Amino acid sequence: MMGSTFAIVALGLTLVFGILRIPNFAHGQLYMLGGYVTYAALVSYGFGYWPAVAASTAVLALTGIVVERLAFRPLRNQSQINSFISAIGVMMILENGVVVLWGPQGHLVPQPYPGTITIFGIITSYQRLLVIVVAVGLIIALNLFIKKTIFGAAIEAVAQNREGAALMGININRVSAATFAISAAAAGVAASLLAPIFLVSPGMGDMLGMEAFVIVILGGLGSIPGAILGGYILGLIEVLGGGYISADYKDVFAFGALVLVLAFKPTGLFGREEG
Amino acid sequence: MGTISFIKMRWYYLALLCIFLLFPLIVTNRYLVLVAIMSTISAVAAASMNLILGYTGQFSLAQAGFFGIGAYGVAILTTHGVSFWLALPVSVLVAAAVGLLIGLVTLRMRGAYFAIATMCFGVIVVIVAGAWINLTGGYTGINLIPKPNPIPLPFMGQINFSSQIAQYYLVLACLLLTLFVMYRLVFSLKGLSLMAVRDNELLAEAVGVNTFAAKLLSFVVATVFTALVGGVYASLMGTLTPDAASLNLTFDWIIYVFLGGVASLAGPVIGTYAITFLMEYLQALADYRLIVFGVILILVITYLPRGMVGVWDDLVRKVRVFRASPPSGTVAAPADRDPEGGRI
Repeated sequence: MMGSTFAIVALGLTLVFGILRIPNFAHGQLYMLGGYVTYAALVSYGFGYWPAVAASTAVLALTGIVVERLAFRPLRNQSQINSFISAIGVMMILENGVVVLWGPQGHLVPQPYPGTITIFGIITSYQRLLVIVVAVGLIIALNLFIKKTIFGAAIEAVAQNREGAALMGININRVSAATFAISAAAAGVAASLLAPIFLVSPGMGDMLGMEAFVIVILGGLGSIPGAILGGYILGLIEVLGGGYISADYKDVFAFGALVLVLAFKPTGLFGREEG
Repeated sequence: MGTISFIKMRWYYLALLCIFLLFPLIVTNRYLVLVAIMSTISAVAAASMNLILGYTGQFSLAQAGFFGIGAYGVAILTTHGVSFWLALPVSVLVAAAVGLLIGLVTLRMRGAYFAIATMCFGVIVVIVAGAWINLTGGYTGINLIPKPNPIPLPFMGQINFSSQIAQYYLVLACLLLTLFVMYRLVFSLKGLSLMAVRDNELLAEAVGVNTFAAKLLSFVVATVFTALVGGVYASLMGTLTPDAASLNLTFDWIIYVFLGGVASLAGPVIGTYAITFLMEYLQALADYRLIVFGVILILVITYLPRGMVGVWDDLVRKVRVFRASPPSGTVAAPADRDPEGGRI
């Protein structure tokens, strides 16, 4: 289940990082925002669960567009480092904004489908099962979107050669905005799914954001299968390593693994050489 | 460059220096002096960050990790009876060794990858600090870290570090040391290689600059000073938790550097003081602090990439051009003579 979550979040990030070459450090915070919107919708506005998820997706998509327009588009032609720094700024704004609006404590999100179910001898809650099901569905949907639709083709074109794509009449701005929107929305869905299981808190996105980077780099920038695979693998590493070796150091494995991989293959496992 | 012309050119820096030196003697508000002490510590960290970031163009997010190593080193050693003046160099050496190792591993990567790898290292330090309970006291940290041992002066008794004034001068000394070393480094041939790496690494390699060595050098030097001031921080604060190595510190320093002016010696220092003192006066905005920082960061990086120092420079330059232009408004204005030979 954690693998599925990682996979969705990583998917969003690889779209933005790999295709738009924007290191969206704030991706974890977007995820967190999704959680909070879900919480607000459910608790403060009394939405049903699925409408809340839809609301979170919509709000996140909008936020993604705004962030892209304000924080990243002006820096498009400068070095990646500047985008990185801008992302840090976005990160601060989102995290502090959430604290201002909802307070620094965690919030409990009511479970839409309480209860557990036993499958093949494994007892799991409905919610966790839901996460996996929706995640897989989302991944398939996104994959189909990118591969089979014209817009998906446009996104790939921009990834391969920005100027060429522009020459072909593709509106880069619109593609950027849409990609960001999809990326943010994916994060929002992931958060909505996970919110009833864990608390919604300002810090929920921190680790996840960084781990998403780990996955994306390990899986190769811009590679969707890489992100998905990486997500599930990391989920496994964390859970197994945490369970069998040491719970405290579980994050260290992931990060340490990344440093090691990058040391030997500076552009990631399946990465392309970037000039 | 002659000393007199140097002074004429940079009189504002000398003025600033005098203010810094006399600050605790003039200001009697203990709280303000405390703020100044903390700011100076951050200024050292920001300045050394600037060495890798501004002058060598590498975006390292590991600085807070080294700060933490320096801090924990001093904390652990002094709480076991070692004198501060021995613990500090030892911690710095340890941090430098770690820095060397990390640098060797990560400096082969470019741009965003390097940033992420160093970020991972920084996070690992925090996690280890929190989890290695026997050594570091876990998340509750180490308490009762003693102040630096008094230094006996030949005829005047001793410098006792319980006094705020002594503490202030200690950190000021660190800052001046850092700036001095950076100054000598940046304005030397080595410094030129660093900037070559920043501006066009491939070209620098092609021309024969050993870019890896240059990057490693600036990385380790930055580590040394960050760890140094980390150790001082631990001793002056008295308690230490893994927060001291957290990524948020690195982000704070990044803001100071960028607001003040990347790639200038004074920039980070100015940026640090500007923001910390501003934040003190804007206590009402404390909750919104990060939002303000975030907005400032985005605005600065988009519109004022050279920070406050850049703005000041542009102003000074405009004034100079204005003064130097011939009064009859002839067509050819004299070329902007920059007697400093290029503002670095």
